[in-house]
Amino acid sequence: MSATAAAPPTGALPGVRDTPRGAGTIGQTRAGFGLLTPFLVLYLAFLIGPALYGLLMSFFDGSSVRSGLGPFAGFGNYTEALTSSDFWSSMWHTVLFTLLTTPPLVLVALALAMLTDRIRRGRWFFRLVFFAPYVMPVTCVGLVFTWMYVPQTGLFATWLDALGLPAPAWLADPNWAMIAVALMTVWWTIGFNFVLYLAGLQDIPRELYEAAAVDGAGPGAQWRRITVPLLSRTTALVTMLQTIASLKVFDQIYLLTVGGPNYSTRPVIEYIYDVGFTDFRTGYGAAASMLYFVVILAVSAVWFAISRRRA
Amino acid sequence: MATLTVPEAPIRTAPAKAPVDPRHRAFTVLCVVVLVVFAALWLVPMVWAVDTSIRPESEITTAPATWWTSHPTLDAYRQVLSAGRMPVWYLNSFLVALLTAVFAVVVCSMAGFAVARVRFRGRRIVTGLVLAGLLIPPQTLIMPQFQEFAGLHLLNTYWALILPSVPTSVAVFVFASFFAGLPGELAESARIDGAGWFRVYSRIFLPLCRPAASAVFIFTFVWSWNNFLWPLLTMTSTEVMTIPVGLNVVQDSYGIRYAQVMASAVLGALPLFAVFLVVQRRIVEGIANTGIK
Repeated sequence: MSATAAAPPTGALPGVRDTPRGAGTIGQTRAGFGLLTPFLVLYLAFLIGPALYGLLMSFFDGSSVRSGLGPFAGFGNYTEALTSSDFWSSMWHTVLFTLLTTPPLVLVALALAMLTDRIRRGRWFFRLVFFAPYVMPVTCVGLVFTWMYVPQTGLFATWLDALGLPAPAWLADPNWAMIAVALMTVWWTIGFNFVLYLAGLQDIPRELYEAAAVDGAGPGAQWRRITVPLLSRTTALVTMLQTIASLKVFDQIYLLTVGGPNYSTRPVIEYIYDVGFTDFRTGYGAAASMLYFVVILAVSAVWFAISRRRA
Repeated sequence: MATLTVPEAPIRTAPAKAPVDPRHRAFTVLCVVVLVVFAALWLVPMVWAVDTSIRPESEITTAPATWWTSHPTLDAYRQVLSAGRMPVWYLNSFLVALLTAVFAVVVCSMAGFAVARVRFRGRRIVTGLVLAGLLIPPQTLIMPQFQEFAGLHLLNTYWALILPSVPTSVAVFVFASFFAGLPGELAESARIDGAGWFRVYSRIFLPLCRPAASAVFIFTFVWSWNNFLWPLLTMTSTEVMTIPVGLNVVQDSYGIRYAQVMASAVLGALPLFAVFLVVQRRIVEGIANTGIK
């Protein structure tokens, strides 16, 4: 598996390492930067530039209703965010969402991929069914699930009713709203991890299983001794990508609950959105963005260190 | 289709050489059953949405949970397509996704070629700079980016959606690792023949990079089509909205007319569904090879 996200990209580029000192002639330097110019212009203007400007903004009390950075605030915005219970609860909701979605999105995807890998015919059908939701726009998925979660008349309420179970008020109940969002997310995005696992399974040489079967290993032993160990790289990759994707949650929650009921599901990105675009406090919003960025960076660094040690 | 595979699968998966162990066969049947149950669960929301969209509105409110309708109708679709702004949103989404994907392929393949093939001074610094972009979640940039586009008076234009999505580090690395894997003689012999570096890129390497280009194109297209947060912020006029943002206002305007809401959802999902059916293999290979998420 040549996964760009998992392997350090510099190491994955054989061309980059072997630069002899002084190899860059003037012509090559001109050609290199000439080819890079369109990318670098857009990249610096719309990604690196805003990132640095955001860092600068976070030290000022800026407001979107007047121009300029606003009065200097020092670390004021950071202390305010770090002592704000609203900020911390939104941080917790993001973490809670990640904890609720990552395990099923890794384990169920693995289980479904192994089952699909076992069968000979109709594999395309299962790949289609499990992956199709992933290409749907989140708004469409949100509309469908909102309709299924409607109390009393929605599909889930009717099902639970038929089973004689009390149906929760899914999206209106603070205890259930996040679970409802997580369920929808599992349905919507599992196909991506499923496909990564299918690819990982196909990389395992069949001869290993045949040799193990000759030696008398049953399906259980084959699974424990061959499948699981040889999938560990895929599992590390899937878990890392999933954790980081879940930490970036906004769309589903905004569409299903708008962060409610009573802010009980509001994730960090919506908190930033609220303070920046509803309260017009851009400096404070930028500081909250920076704190959130540090969290993502720390999680990525931990995952990177772990996958590196394993590889 | 799903039910057809149930009786056949156990016979097919039984190892040809060894005598069939009955426990093994029972286990295989169990696996198939579990798989079919999950597939059915995954189909329910899609089937339910289509089912709701073809029922008369009166039937949805009186008997919401029945699956069969004796009066299937396409009224909801007709209303959504004629009264709503759906056709405009389709066009917006299509143009934005197409332009973003084309620009991304051109711009990022040039950059990937330079990083992988041209030995210029400062290459390590540039590579590190591009690498830094992998770590920056675009969601943390919404406020400075919004101020930038407001300052440039580009809010409510296609450019606001296209420009930030073109320079993606992942795409550069996808192209760079692909180009790095091609034989070096290709570039060297062309250089000896006197071709300029841009010519080497455009005439030799670009035509060879179809697998990488199609992966980047498809992923950028799908990602751009489905992007929600940034278009939600920058597209406030219904004239320029893309499908995901436009559909967000549909629910409010249609209230509880579920047939129309579901018809909109089905229509919104349909184009990418069709694209997916056509290029399924490329999408799956792209994920397997790059892990773009």
